[in-house]
Amino acid sequence: MTLKRSILFLCLFFLCLACTRSKDPKFYDDTGTPAYGDTIITGSIGEPSNLIPILATDSPSHEVASFVYNGLVKYDKNLKIIGSLAESWDISKDNLSITFHLRKNVRWHDNTPFTAHDVMFTYKLIIDPRTPTAYAGDFLLVKEAKVLDDYTFKVTYDKPFAPGLISWSTAILPKHLLEGKDVTKSPLSRRPIGTGPYKFEEWIPGERIVLKANKDYFEGSPYISRYIMRIIPDTATMFLELKRYGIDMMGLTPLQAIRQTDYPAFKREFNKFKYLSFAYIYLGYNLKHPFFKDKRVRQAISYGINKKEIIDGILLGQGVEADGPYKQDMWAYNGNVKKYPYDREKAIKLLQEAGFKKANDNILYRDGIPFEFTILVNQGNDVRIRCAELIQKRLADLGIKVKIRVIEWASFINEFIDKRNFEAVILGWSIPNDPDIFDIWHSSKQGKKELNFISFENKEVDELLVKARHTLNIEERKKYYYRIQEILAEEQPYTFLFVPYANVAVHKRFKGIEPAPAGLMYDFIKWYVPEKQMRYR
Amino acid sequence: MLRYLIKRILFMIPMLLGITLISFIVIHLTPGEPGVIESEMNPKVTKEVRERIRAYYGLDKPLHVQYYMWLKRIVKLDFGVSFASDRRPVIDKIKERIPVTISINLMSMVLIFIIGIPIGIYCAKHKDTTIDKALTAFVFAGYAAPTFWLALLLMMFFGVYLEWLPISGLKSFNFSELSFFEKIIDIAQHLILPVCISAFGGLAGISRYMKSSLLEVLRQEYITTAYAKGLPEDVVLKKHALRNALLPVITIIGLSVPGLIGGSVIFESIFSIPGMGQLFYMSVMSRDYPTIMGILVIGAFLTLLGNLLSDILYAVADPRIRIG
Repeated sequence: MTLKRSILFLCLFFLCLACTRSKDPKFYDDTGTPAYGDTIITGSIGEPSNLIPILATDSPSHEVASFVYNGLVKYDKNLKIIGSLAESWDISKDNLSITFHLRKNVRWHDNTPFTAHDVMFTYKLIIDPRTPTAYAGDFLLVKEAKVLDDYTFKVTYDKPFAPGLISWSTAILPKHLLEGKDVTKSPLSRRPIGTGPYKFEEWIPGERIVLKANKDYFEGSPYISRYIMRIIPDTATMFLELKRYGIDMMGLTPLQAIRQTDYPAFKREFNKFKYLSFAYIYLGYNLKHPFFKDKRVRQAISYGINKKEIIDGILLGQGVEADGPYKQDMWAYNGNVKKYPYDREKAIKLLQEAGFKKANDNILYRDGIPFEFTILVNQGNDVRIRCAELIQKRLADLGIKVKIRVIEWASFINEFIDKRNFEAVILGWSIPNDPDIFDIWHSSKQGKKELNFISFENKEVDELLVKARHTLNIEERKKYYYRIQEILAEEQPYTFLFVPYANVAVHKRFKGIEPAPAGLMYDFIKWYVPEKQMRYR
Repeated sequence: MLRYLIKRILFMIPMLLGITLISFIVIHLTPGEPGVIESEMNPKVTKEVRERIRAYYGLDKPLHVQYYMWLKRIVKLDFGVSFASDRRPVIDKIKERIPVTISINLMSMVLIFIIGIPIGIYCAKHKDTTIDKALTAFVFAGYAAPTFWLALLLMMFFGVYLEWLPISGLKSFNFSELSFFEKIIDIAQHLILPVCISAFGGLAGISRYMKSSLLEVLRQEYITTAYAKGLPEDVVLKKHALRNALLPVITIIGLSVPGLIGGSVIFESIFSIPGMGQLFYMSVMSRDYPTIMGILVIGAFLTLLGNLLSDILYAVADPRIRIG
């Protein structure tokens, strides 16, 4: 009898297991009411390296750290700066100093109260030459930092510095745990203690990191009680894990988003979200090259490239044409600039004006030199390699012979970009939330390892960049950036190709997700799973 | 014998030194530098910061000084601290990953020997029959099929389609809540695919080795003698032929010792197994010199040791070598 009963029990148990994956396509449609509980499992290709964010440069580290730590300020869904650890802030009349008023009831995960001394300590740690951090740049511009009282912190700059405010979104570290110790050897890099919505629970090397909800979080406890990041180094494996419900959330490639997830069982279990990612891909020219010096040549190539074909063919439609260094939903974006729709006739005309003539071999020549150049692409980036191929084909049509060379990343940078040993490259920039693009376009930034590697020089852009950087008034700043975009559109130092969409699949039981200009995760603590649909207890 | 041994061991020292010197130079010749590689082309990382990081790692010193410093540490068995941004001691990183790699490799090696040797024997005994050809085709298919492709197909079939086996990792995420018995089942389930697939690829080598070596022995006159004096085939095979034919296999055991700690990158990545292959790959990609050197030194040492071991085993097993 007992045996029979246990078998019956087992059967029931398996039946219950089966229940959780209901075949009812409407099962997850009920948005229910927010409830505390359940776990979200995400996947990461790389393992975080260091959970003290100022010491890490890899994105998995920053992703985990963003749940554990807070900055003084942060971006809201529309990329407006709002307070986080700082309740409010005042900017002095001369625009030189910011006074932060900090929240008073915040505690570190070990229950020690958070104060302005922690902020001061973090600042000092970042600018300390013994700290191997990559993020000291913005903070070295601070002239003076002062703790006015336990909950007031004031920084002063030499000149008004527009990206100054948002630079304080850097994670604030606990003074009481780090002071007087070598930060590089701190146990916090493996077991972080912060003020954020999630507390660190465990890290199994090479396998996963587990965080649990911080019930006392100052903005209210997050609904989802656990966050697990699994380390899955292979993207194909990660995709299979997603299909097997081993992970709940994953960024999809265009092919996965459009073709490989378009079946009923997947649609029953997952929602797909889409937003413009913070990056653009471009074809950059070495402006020292005799042919590319001429604006008309660059414009001609921009006319000669069919961006729509690239987006439709390679990204399967998952992108929008770029026409400048910003994406369409940012406040600094100026849509009203010169555009370059595919126009073969115009391209040919411009090239003729620039002095190129077609010879018998169907290739353009100027002063006996054929128009040939090589596009460099970094290895492992399939989208960019295929872009280069489409560009090659379109330019051949104009009479320009393009070669493609694929090179491993480190040599790409060190041997070709740093030594200016290239004619054209296909690369991408991530678009910063703050529109300051000084480092990429200012003529002073042409040194070794600096980012204006195409040697772009334009006096007006230089002036505007500096002005924009030192103006805090958004409307005024906007004017400068609008003008910069007009000049860049006219000059075409890059042919701006596209801004890709980020496609993310999230399991349907998670509710309250809204894609916005800031992406998906900005309001993660408000995500919830209705009681009935919870999978993990 | 003892003198030979001592000579061999002493000879290993300059060999190791040479290996480390060459590796050190080669890895420093590759473009790119540790730490900053990930932040290359990052607008937030300024030139001053870069210089600061270089000085922090001691990369601003000339190469021979860096090698000398490394050598001074390594003779004290100090592998140094990783250049990756976790800055943990290299030896800890290796220690953490070695057990996984060794156990998976051991399991698949055992599986290879258990399956491969009988296949070889069978093929030698029934040379040129259809089954021999079929088995040969089977093991060669295993050798030729790319691991990642096979792995993905099997993962799709057993994982996504049948939902029998987990897809990746070594443990389920609720592992700590399982009972002891369930834990064993859980790990076994996770190991089935990786171990079988890695064993499948290794079958060809050992079975062919076994087959040719056995065929060689079967051609010997003493086997004919054994048959002539009327011994049953089973005895001839097991007692006379097999013992001699197994000798070369010993060499393979010795030579596979260094292979035990080296994991395959592709394989470990696909199954999300946190092993040595992944560690090595990641340290190469981020130019984490101390970790690369640490793994290379251990690998070189084990290779030399493995060679020595197989020579010794050979001498122990075969009097002709020991005496002659």
